[in-house]
Amino acid sequence: MTAIEFVDVTKSFGRHAGRLLVRQRLLRWLRFTRAERFYALKNVSFRLEAGEGLAVVGSNGAGKSTLLSLAAGLAKPDSGRIRVNGRMATLLELGTGFHPDLTGAENIRLNAALIGMTRRQAEARFDAIVDFADIGDFLGEPLRTYSTGMAVRLAFSVAINLDPDIMLVDEVLAVGDQAFQQKCFERVRAARRQGRTFLCVSHASGMIEELCDHAIWLDRGELVMTGRVRAVLDAYRDSNPARV
Amino acid sequence: MWNGEYGFLLRNLIQKDFKVRYRNMSLGIFWSLLNPLVMMSVVTFVFTRVYANRTPHFALFVLCGLVPYNFFTVAWISGTTSLVENAALIKRVAVPRETIPVAAVLSNAVHLLIQIALLVAVSLLSGVFPNRYWFLLPFLWGAEIVFLCGISLITAALNVFLRDVRYVVESANVVLFWLVPIFYSFEMIPQRYRELYQLNPVAALVLASRTILLEGAAPHAVLLLKLTLSSAAVLAIGWLVFQRAKDRFYDYL
Repeated sequence: MTAIEFVDVTKSFGRHAGRLLVRQRLLRWLRFTRAERFYALKNVSFRLEAGEGLAVVGSNGAGKSTLLSLAAGLAKPDSGRIRVNGRMATLLELGTGFHPDLTGAENIRLNAALIGMTRRQAEARFDAIVDFADIGDFLGEPLRTYSTGMAVRLAFSVAINLDPDIMLVDEVLAVGDQAFQQKCFERVRAARRQGRTFLCVSHASGMIEELCDHAIWLDRGELVMTGRVRAVLDAYRDSNPARV
Repeated sequence: MWNGEYGFLLRNLIQKDFKVRYRNMSLGIFWSLLNPLVMMSVVTFVFTRVYANRTPHFALFVLCGLVPYNFFTVAWISGTTSLVENAALIKRVAVPRETIPVAAVLSNAVHLLIQIALLVAVSLLSGVFPNRYWFLLPFLWGAEIVFLCGISLITAALNVFLRDVRYVVESANVVLFWLVPIFYSFEMIPQRYRELYQLNPVAALVLASRTILLEGAAPHAVLLLKLTLSSAAVLAIGWLVFQRAKDRFYDYL
């Protein structure tokens, strides 16, 4: 079964989205000119089978985050088709749903509801979330008193306990201290062994190689290479020796 | 994609707003009462002491107008700005977009409940006692909530594309203060404008609650019908507008 499929996907953004004065809008309309567009992805196609891991590599501005947003259904493509099968957890910028004035426990429930847990699931997994985040006595304290690491740990813990079929990950395995990073990594690896699908953007190549089977290389919105993770990473590094 | 429960999500969003608003305040929920109480006192003072006025139970009369008006303006503006204020969430979490403005309106409905308690208390203190038409009141407030959800879905979506919309809403709220019969009665409005007034759902709501609370009579069936139909229609339109717009929120936030 295919977990994620992109067919000829193009996505562009207006350069002045939403911030134009009426005067400029009128002028543009009178001159029949179209707004200048920035193409974040151009005719990208790939397929990720269920149970496989795929890494997206590329330099800054290559369109990696746009690709993840499209896969997560947050943005819609200009053209092309995107198909997703399965329950998806998006680990992009952890803790976006958190509120500093709410306690850890309240934030767990809120975030669980936001990412799509039912009330029953949220109650059942509450202890597991707290255990994994390892925030100790701070559970009843407002989030603003947390250290950055603690907040991110909590966010990761909620997201991973959604127990998704597909995990979309944007650099977030680099969270917290060394020990917690290792713990997150183990958790994701366990999920991979259970046959969960994994799509990630990351620069930590060691991690990529262990968690992913395939990789795609994006450059300025275009697909440069698709293949086994090893081969793509080597080619990507060779193209610019400065990359690690 | 998103497999959660709408009810659980809405409840959490409403609880968040409510907790966040009062957690750092010493007076807590009391603030919900203070605002309409102060307004009621000021307006009552001006229109009984400065301008002579022989409306009986004038304080209650004013409060009948203030409670729905206050709820309308506060809920409308927070509904309108909700998407832009939650831009990070919209761009990073696949949460159903409709729930954000709807939750903003509903969390203000919690304050409406508190203010309704105030309205009931002032009624009883003024010597106005419950009659069977009071059973119609929840229906009126329900219609207002439905109407607000609809109109907020529209303005929240538009506000994503044109941030000016929030200022339009703010100005509309100021205009509304004068065009809703808060401190004057429907009878004082010249005949030829009355039809127009009834099209304004907040005005219609105020008129209906006054009929029930102050006259102890049933509001006109036609008025209730207009209110129901216009609320349902606005919700339907709001839903359609929102569905058409929501795919492009990501690009504009």
